[in-house]
Amino acid sequence: MSDMSYVRSEMLPERTPPASSVGFVGWARANLFNGIVNSILTIVSLVLIFLVLAALLPWLFSPTWNSGSLNECRDILNGHEGACWGVINERWEQLLYGFYPNGSEAGSIDQRWRPNLAFLLLFVAVIPVLFNMISRRMNWVLLLVALAYGAYAIGGTLGMIAVVVLLAAAVFVGYKAFSSDKATRAAEIEAGAKRLPNPLIFTAIFPFLVPFLLWGGSIWVFVGAALGFVLAGLAYRYLSTVVGSLAGMIISVLVAIVWWLFMIGPFASAMDAILPIALEQIESRKFGGFMLSITIGVVAIGISLPIGIVLALGRQSDLLIVKALSVGFIEFIRGVPLITLLFVASTLLNIFLPPGTNFDIILRVLIMVTLFAAAYMAEVVRGGLAALPKGQYEAADALGLDYWKAQRLIIMPQALKISIPGIVSTFIGVFKDTVLVSIIGLLDPLGLSNAIRADQAWNGVVWELYGFIAFMFFVFCFSMSRYSMYLERRLRTGHK
Amino acid sequence: MTTTTDPHQGQFRLSMLLYDSRYRSMTIQIVALIGFLLLLGWIFSNTAQNLTDLGKEPSFRFMGEPAGYDINQRLLEYSNQDTHLRAALIGLLNTLLVAALGCITATVLGVIIGVLRLSPNWIVSRLSAVYVEAFRNVPVLLWIVFIMAILIETLPSPSAFRKGEASMSLWDSVAVTNRGVYIPEPLFTNSLGNLHLLGGSSLRFDVSLDLIAILAVLIAGILTSGLIKRRADRIQEATGTRPATWYWRLGVVVIPTSIVLVLLGLHWGYPELKGFNFQGGTHLRNSLIALWLALSIYTAAFIAEIVRAGILAISKGQSEAAGALGLRSNRTMSLVILPQALRVIIPPLISNYLNLTKNSSLAIAVGYMDITGTLGGITMNQTGRELETVLLLMLVYLAISLTISGVMNWYNESVKLRER
Repeated sequence: MSDMSYVRSEMLPERTPPASSVGFVGWARANLFNGIVNSILTIVSLVLIFLVLAALLPWLFSPTWNSGSLNECRDILNGHEGACWGVINERWEQLLYGFYPNGSEAGSIDQRWRPNLAFLLLFVAVIPVLFNMISRRMNWVLLLVALAYGAYAIGGTLGMIAVVVLLAAAVFVGYKAFSSDKATRAAEIEAGAKRLPNPLIFTAIFPFLVPFLLWGGSIWVFVGAALGFVLAGLAYRYLSTVVGSLAGMIISVLVAIVWWLFMIGPFASAMDAILPIALEQIESRKFGGFMLSITIGVVAIGISLPIGIVLALGRQSDLLIVKALSVGFIEFIRGVPLITLLFVASTLLNIFLPPGTNFDIILRVLIMVTLFAAAYMAEVVRGGLAALPKGQYEAADALGLDYWKAQRLIIMPQALKISIPGIVSTFIGVFKDTVLVSIIGLLDPLGLSNAIRADQAWNGVVWELYGFIAFMFFVFCFSMSRYSMYLERRLRTGHK
Repeated sequence: MTTTTDPHQGQFRLSMLLYDSRYRSMTIQIVALIGFLLLLGWIFSNTAQNLTDLGKEPSFRFMGEPAGYDINQRLLEYSNQDTHLRAALIGLLNTLLVAALGCITATVLGVIIGVLRLSPNWIVSRLSAVYVEAFRNVPVLLWIVFIMAILIETLPSPSAFRKGEASMSLWDSVAVTNRGVYIPEPLFTNSLGNLHLLGGSSLRFDVSLDLIAILAVLIAGILTSGLIKRRADRIQEATGTRPATWYWRLGVVVIPTSIVLVLLGLHWGYPELKGFNFQGGTHLRNSLIALWLALSIYTAAFIAEIVRAGILAISKGQSEAAGALGLRSNRTMSLVILPQALRVIIPPLISNYLNLTKNSSLAIAVGYMDITGTLGGITMNQTGRELETVLLLMLVYLAISLTISGVMNWYNESVKLRER
């Protein structure tokens, strides 16, 4: 056996792979030039990319940021092709805020901190709903920092004291979470979840705080509106044990309606006399730009969510008439383009309401966009309901829960969680659709771009304005769609 | 109010309406119905009151009055002396035209992009991803006005053609100008003439007998070709070998159609520069092209994602099994993957067609006279009949939507997996 000299006794050293299969060359051969078709496709794509960039980049990087008019741009460019960015430099604030008071008119002060604060608070309010990506403690820290910004914007000695107090509170709440040790941090997060109040409390306050911030007026009107819900909740809690859940619900709704119809006015004026807290009132027609788009989008989605849930439940229900009404509403709204609903808002809504009713166009648009979003939201929620296994419904029945309790405790938490990506994409759709309001004459970014072109100095500027608006929409929508994809992955609890 | 109920006591009491599940559903439904009817009645009475105050009794008589405005892009003949009803009809046809054109190009583009996105070629798949994200994350209205601006600002004016700064493309047959695109139109020397239908009324329309003749021959050819295919299938199943039939199948479609075209004397009317503008040929206006292109590229981004998802939804085992059976890759695609992927693709595809049709109402932003531009635009402003026009407009769109979703439901039903 030992003389099998033709068998090698030691291993050969590994050879390096051929140069053509490693590194960039190898990658390119495997991914870009594997086969004739792929090589052609690669070359065509490269040429395409080159052509687009060669046309776009010199135009994009043009030194016209500080020019004051289109003619100045032409002077600077001196016959070369190039963008006239002066229009964005001069008007970007207008594209963001519309005609919201910025302190430039005599006798007015800069009020733009209000939409800014509302935008910040939006994140604070939405984060605990969307997903528990940050701990409860961090959420409260964020809220305190956002409020400190608001106090800073109000200014004055009192404002500065408030800033210091709020920031100190933020540090006090937050410092424990910033331990370098991972285990301590986790323990603190755990403890914070038990000790600190639920951030959803702020989410519940948010819908009443934001209209107050944006439109201004007395805070007591909005407190009164919120109190209606509180009263209804209390009425339901105490009456449902006495008269049963259905009757309790009907009575509590009646209580809220009576409160809103007859009691808010006296309540607000009484409280105003005691403790007047008010912000300067801003008319709706001063809303514009992306602020208008975001306002319409957020309000429509926020209000349409509960309506959509009710419609989806109606559509799933066994009650024939309720089901027919829900299906009719959903299919009608989904069957007509949004622009016809906006025509209704601009021309017909006042005709449908009692004679003499006249409220401003933005509110009317909000109503119609909300109805529009509600129909789509109902379908999203219905998808979530349909995705739940039947066993969940049967288990709820087996526990002896009545319909509403089963919905509230078992069905809805799961169904809504499944629907979050759908809700986000509905929001993206509605947000994109808000540019349609320019057709009925509102000054959303697209409407404003026409208004800017009407200015003598910028007559003829097209690409820069459209490009800026498109870029802003892209940033908003793209980031939201990425986030919704991330959520989809996180929520996929099935096979991995 | 007492809540104790005794099941042995068969008598009906009023409280059972709320507490007995047998009656409670009825109570809820009746309450909901009454609430709905009250709301409806409230809106009706408000509307009636408001319209009386305005002196506008609801009536559709204005639809029979002369419209008094021109429509530049139209499929049927129309003059400003025609009625509002005819204007609305022209608008409806324009809506359907741009929707049909858009659906075709969006599908072609979307399928290409969707397939390319799955390509193993890194740069091609990234480029398709960039296309999808860029186009679907910007509002379609912005794309419409953007493309309209490109057409108006960057294309040469007809005077540039006169001065020789621009020239017609595709062997001098197509003129691309900033006033629109002029393409050749088919003309027939031995034309069979037109069939006038519903003459005299607002809905009158002409049908070209030439077109009918061509279509009849074409369809007959396609049907014959189907017969040949079926015969080939039969032979293949009986004997195992498939006779070569492609030249027969091509011949029965192409040859008779060509003969009819020659008999009719087909020739093309080319656009020519006369005066300040092009004459002859078919004029596609900028508004139509901008709307068509914008709707196509926007919807194509969504269709690409649908196609990609549909192909990815087919499990890998299917293509591996097909490979194990010895099918070549193109047969695997056409016989195994596509039939299954289509079941996933078609329903969302049709709902995107629906979205495209609804988005075509944004035509009003570029002045394309679709049904929103005629009925909901000029007719509404001229007659002041907001209620009636918006109602009609919604009904028209609702009819289109319900038709399309009816087709979708029928399709879903027919391709549903038959499980035991």
